[in-house]
Amino acid sequence: MAEIAAPIMRMGQDLLITLQPDLDDLSVESIEQEITSEVARILARGVLIDVSGLDVVDSFVARVLARLVRMVRLLGADAAIVGIRPAVAITLVQLGVSMSDVTTALNPEQGMARLREMRADVSAVGHHDIYS
Amino acid sequence: MTSTLEIPVADSSALTTVTIAGESDLLLVRSTMRDYARQAGLGLTATTKAVTASSELARNILRYATGGQGTAAIEQASSGQKRGVRATFTDSGPGIADLDLAMRSGFSSANSLGLGLPGSRRLVDEFSIDSAPGRGTRVAICQWDR
Repeated sequence: MAEIAAPIMRMGQDLLITLQPDLDDLSVESIEQEITSEVARILARGVLIDVSGLDVVDSFVARVLARLVRMVRLLGADAAIVGIRPAVAITLVQLGVSMSDVTTALNPEQGMARLREMRADVSAVGHHDIYS
Repeated sequence: MTSTLEIPVADSSALTTVTIAGESDLLLVRSTMRDYARQAGLGLTATTKAVTASSELARNILRYATGGQGTAAIEQASSGQKRGVRATFTDSGPGIADLDLAMRSGFSSANSLGLGLPGSRRLVDEFSIDSAPGRGTRVAICQWDR
């Protein structure tokens, strides 16, 4: 059931989760369980959550996505939401949902690039700390 | 005139009433709303907004209404040249004592983000709400194709 709701693809130390349309609340919550377990199991460095298959993201699903990103970060990995559709972006902003603390990108390729940039920034800061 | 009064055959697409009693009914509300919006010729953005608003309102019923039960009545609407979709969400729950407060962004009585009512209103062309303590709540929304 949860596998149908969100297939997880592993690429090295990164995970790509593709959410399927028509999620209900229960499947969304089981996805949280699955992703966090998988992140811990493979010591993932990055997680991309692809929502391009969702033609509707209501405030509940948006909140779950933001929560999921925070959970992944607590586990020491970076996370990004990718593939928000234009009509969904318009709707979320008018609805009043704030996703400003969540990293987003247009598609998985750009999302992966964002995750790499974030890692590069972190290691650059690390070097400054050492040499300053 | 008592002669033959033609009783119009009900168009199966004229009105669909979805009983909201569990999570899976949210999906049915969304898909029914999407079908009606498409039939009315709404564009993708208007459709997405209307479906999202209906999802918020149906979830309100699950969360707040007595026993989490109510109905969504979805129908085609027309006004002059305009076509659209109208949905009426009804529950017999506790009702809302202060509608002005409930319609204010940020207000929430059950620890959600409080986006449901004011957020839904921003997404649709027409929004009306009728509620009083002990009388339940009825919210009607309408989205037009232009």
